[in-house]
Amino acid sequence: MGNVTTPRLTILDPTSESRPARRALLSRPSSVDGMTIGLLDIRKPRGDVFLDRIEELLTERGARVLRYAKPTFTKPAPADLRHEIASQCNLVIEALAD
Amino acid sequence: MTKPVLPDGLVAVVKRECATCVMTEPVLATIAASTTLSVFTQDDAAFPESVPHSHDSDLSISWHHDIETVPTLIRVENGVEVDRTVGWSRVAWRAITGIGDLGEELPVMRPGCGSLSVDPDLVDKLRARFTGSVLTARHIDMASAEDEFESMFNRGWTDGLPVIPPTAERVLRMLAGTTRAPDEIVAVAPPDLVPLSVEKIAINAVMAGCLPEYMPWVIAALEAVCNDRFNMHGVLATTMPVGPVIVCNGPGTKRIGMNSGINVFGQGNRANMTIGRAVQLAIRNVGGGRPGEVDRATHGNPGKLSFCFAEDEDGSPFGSLASERGIPPGTDALTVFAGEGPRCAVDQLARTPDELTNSFAACLRSVMHPKSALAFDVLLVVSPDHSRIYAEAGWARGRILRELHARLEIEANLILRGVDGMAEGLPDRFRDRTVPKFRPDGILLAHAGGGAGLFSSIIAGWANGDMGSQPVTVAVKS
Repeated sequence: MGNVTTPRLTILDPTSESRPARRALLSRPSSVDGMTIGLLDIRKPRGDVFLDRIEELLTERGARVLRYAKPTFTKPAPADLRHEIASQCNLVIEALAD
Repeated sequence: MTKPVLPDGLVAVVKRECATCVMTEPVLATIAASTTLSVFTQDDAAFPESVPHSHDSDLSISWHHDIETVPTLIRVENGVEVDRTVGWSRVAWRAITGIGDLGEELPVMRPGCGSLSVDPDLVDKLRARFTGSVLTARHIDMASAEDEFESMFNRGWTDGLPVIPPTAERVLRMLAGTTRAPDEIVAVAPPDLVPLSVEKIAINAVMAGCLPEYMPWVIAALEAVCNDRFNMHGVLATTMPVGPVIVCNGPGTKRIGMNSGINVFGQGNRANMTIGRAVQLAIRNVGGGRPGEVDRATHGNPGKLSFCFAEDEDGSPFGSLASERGIPPGTDALTVFAGEGPRCAVDQLARTPDELTNSFAACLRSVMHPKSALAFDVLLVVSPDHSRIYAEAGWARGRILRELHARLEIEANLILRGVDGMAEGLPDRFRDRTVPKFRPDGILLAHAGGGAGLFSSIIAGWANGDMGSQPVTVAVKS
């Protein structure tokens, strides 16, 4: 038997050979007062019900709320929409579920 | 490795094992006595004893100069091949050497033998040795104590079944199945949006168990799913039980031995099982689409391993799915449809097209939910026993679809929310209207299955149209 560390077979990597960049989470804001918060509706049924209530609660706490929606829940948000949210808001909340 | 240049003059490639080569040894000696002759021997370094020669020990000369038969006699001028003959032919050898009485004592003609460089036992190793530099994927060494099958499971590269280790030899052999360059980018693979090269597809096709001749089909299927119309990202991410269903058309389906008959969706056919599997493995491994991560399916379906079949075009009374979708008949093509598992539509008593269509319509009513409408497309795969009823009555595709759609106009009041004690259904704004179960192009017809069985098969789709997935048909290119 050969040395256990001797390569016996070489195979090719079937993956993308890339690793996602790890980013640290931002610290949680102590208050939303005065912040601009985006609410993103992914267009699942009744997502608006959830976001309407969230908007009420955030507004009560002094936040300015902007509403956004994906064209369809079945596809990733378009780059333009992501850019718009990133440039206009301090925070974003996404309604994911039915 | 760069291609070795042949010396000017005459070049002969021979091997001891070949009786024709042994027979020509005196002729080679005659040529060597009168002109510049370089002899390369493939096997026995001592052969041919009576003529100066070199040993093509690594078969580099033979490989790079496409020697398929020995003996091969080549004339080279200024480093460029200008003439070649294979085997022994007195006329051809005299013409190429210019020696008018060459080989008088030999038979007029004797076929040669296979070159070692095309020996099936050697060719994969040689391809790896001489063309391996085209491969840019990371090479991973398996230690001698490591079980490569377990290692590939542990690395998360498989769909839950074992995969074939993608060695350079196997990947290069797979790449020989396509004319496309290994570095050509075929598509951008979701969900990670990774450029998908022909080389990465070939690696995953090896793992899936494909033969090289399946490569054009795997490439075409990946082109067909990785775009905004088919929306592979959504098909993967949805909680619904769908995956790409691949319907293959054209004469190539027979050449690669696909199944369009008995057990057409089931196990047992290598092409059907591995083409779809290769597509899914590429999405998994290159795109990063894995169950529990971006793939959120509540149940999924077993077809997500591979759901790929050929249409029975010869027996179809209503043409092929690909030609219906704009591909000229006789062209290799495939259609991808985001579908769930197949279910059986039984009618063993219908003898008229109306009776059969009534049954199909009733079964199709229940796609996803008997009270849903317009949200989902469907692929109806009609069996030979059922299609015969349409053929005998002269119903072609247009008539069948028209009659089906007509029977699937539903009184909305029967399927409103709450009706029949079911909360599911259409919202009240549809009250007093008539709604079609399927959008106008929402029923796809295909023809496949074994020759016995008065059953057809219904493959329900996923969210349709721009907001979901559209079927996509593409031609299969070599």
